[in-house]
Amino acid sequence: MEPIKAFSGSVVALPINDIDTDQIIPARYLKVTDKAGLGAAAFTDWRYNADGSPKLEFPLNQEQYKGATVLVAGHNFGCGSSREHAPWALMGTGLKAVVSTYFADIFKGNALKNGLLPIVVDEDTQKQLISLSQEDPTTQVTIDLESQTLTLPDGRAVKFPVDPFSRYCLLNGVDQLGFLLNLDDETLAYEEKYPARVNTTA
Amino acid sequence: MSAQTLFEKVWNSHLVRPQTPDTPAVLYIDLHLVHEVTSPQAFTVLRERGLKVRRPDRTIGTMDHSTPTTPRGLDGLIPVTDVQAAAQLDVMTKNCQDFGIPLYKLGTENQGIVHVIGPEQGFTQPGMTIVCGDSHTSTHGAFGALAFGIGTSEVAHVLATQTLLQNQPQTMEVRVNGSLHSGVTAKDIILAIIAKIGVGGGTGYVLEYTGSAIRALSMEGRMTICNMSIEGGARAGMIAPDETTFQYVAGKPYAPKGADWDAAVANWRTLPTDEGATYDTLVELNADDLVPMITYGTNPGMGMKITDLVPDPDKLTDYSAKVALDKALTYMGLQPNQSLLGKKVDVVFIGSCTNSRIGDLREAAKFIEGRKVADGVRVMVVPGSQRVKAQAEAEGLDRIFREAGAEWREAGCSMCIAMNGDQLAPGQYAVSTSNRNFEGRQGKGGRTFLASPLTAAATAIAGVVTDPRTV
Repeated sequence: MEPIKAFSGSVVALPINDIDTDQIIPARYLKVTDKAGLGAAAFTDWRYNADGSPKLEFPLNQEQYKGATVLVAGHNFGCGSSREHAPWALMGTGLKAVVSTYFADIFKGNALKNGLLPIVVDEDTQKQLISLSQEDPTTQVTIDLESQTLTLPDGRAVKFPVDPFSRYCLLNGVDQLGFLLNLDDETLAYEEKYPARVNTTA
Repeated sequence: MSAQTLFEKVWNSHLVRPQTPDTPAVLYIDLHLVHEVTSPQAFTVLRERGLKVRRPDRTIGTMDHSTPTTPRGLDGLIPVTDVQAAAQLDVMTKNCQDFGIPLYKLGTENQGIVHVIGPEQGFTQPGMTIVCGDSHTSTHGAFGALAFGIGTSEVAHVLATQTLLQNQPQTMEVRVNGSLHSGVTAKDIILAIIAKIGVGGGTGYVLEYTGSAIRALSMEGRMTICNMSIEGGARAGMIAPDETTFQYVAGKPYAPKGADWDAAVANWRTLPTDEGATYDTLVELNADDLVPMITYGTNPGMGMKITDLVPDPDKLTDYSAKVALDKALTYMGLQPNQSLLGKKVDVVFIGSCTNSRIGDLREAAKFIEGRKVADGVRVMVVPGSQRVKAQAEAEGLDRIFREAGAEWREAGCSMCIAMNGDQLAPGQYAVSTSNRNFEGRQGKGGRTFLASPLTAAATAIAGVVTDPRTV
């Protein structure tokens, strides 16, 4: 995985609460066996009419928001299903970060494992970002994972929380599986102490 | 040792390595359930890195999400006509073969929805840690297990190492005292809880359901409740094991036997939350106050008593909540302050990992017996597993459903997730015993009212949303 440092990008707003993973990527697109191409189906039912034409009122379809890398959403982004296809699809549209007041637990974990930053801000900052994006689509913010700050156009830097381990992995471009594989001895010791109670292969 | 909650006991006994300021806890996973939709990319990771599955003997695979529930062919097999789904199922078969994982293939004797077969085979046991690439893994918490949904990266972690990195969640006690009136079920309890805490209220928490109304429930009712913990935002929900639990597990194919059984039960008896242990927060409901519940909106938190009126966005003070309700009512084609009772529906779906077990089907069949499905209503009954299907057929429940005019299908997730062709048409209304009413969840443009199997059965007969207590 590529290390993630600081980046600047423009902001697109979806000021809707409780955006669930079925909206981010509907289940009918989950019959795949790889991660490729899911970006085309991101928010598909909000994004396209029945005849396949784009809904022009949907921000992600609007010319002025093309190239946005930061999505600011309503409260509780990513609720519902555990599908990791959700962050894969969002990243497939070019997004690098999603900003909300809080995220569903499973989505947050999935996003962090893929380098899509779930950025938790207070409600005032969320509202400010939504207005800034709507008033001026060229609005840029800077996100710095090292200092855990999101910097607004007026220079105000807002601190955001990230669990230290995810932050370390993202900054250094290492994945979490490697860490677990290195604990083989400890896992073996655990298994010796607590033998299995079921054997599914029996 | 200080007093501990059920959650803390299971958590602490599965620590390969405790949480530190720099690293999450490393949690050992006792049982890993794998299905065709969220696992292929995880197996790819294993292949790319030359890894094997560490404990195939703690892993089971099944096919449930993208599988058809249509009738078997003359060869006795269930035909998969969707090319993409067929390819995904082939990948699942190959992955399980290559990595030595036992697989419950489509249409075979023990195949079914992953959260139905775990308990019915006796894989699911008190005190375990159980994960699956599926958010409704919370179901297994009904046995006093710590069970939660994971993403595909984590599926790879568990396949390769049998461990997971997890930060310790907080605990919420959800106390439900009192007793349920006739016509009110476990589904109504959980819909009422979610309506109260909201779709994000449990975020960051593991729930423990306590109180006399929970203790009085069957294991199936408890599974219904824990299943929908995630709809309140909680990854896991748990219920302390008791005699009801032990009775259910006893004699299941993979349950401990003989002296092992006695030792296991002795251990399970130590799991309930200690006197004096504390939770981070408490939510209380009284079962005496509950009536059948129904959802009106586009998330499971948008639920109300079936006798209530659809809420009015203009009466909400919070702007973003008002926008959300406006959007939901527009999608649902509903007016503020209208009653849902008497609302015409097109489809009734009885199934899903929430409500497809034998008890759910018995309850619905008892109601439907001797009656006819209303004209113009499609009623789909989808058993949760092949075993549930066989049991229902042995009891003649399939005959009751068919004679009433309902469809009796093969086992699977079916129209709960609508990725196998079982789906609503745009604009259609359904009363569904499943767990999610998100936009398009049961088919693009479809509109879902979540309710109990009893309410679903009453609605199937009347053709309109019906309070089962009034029939």
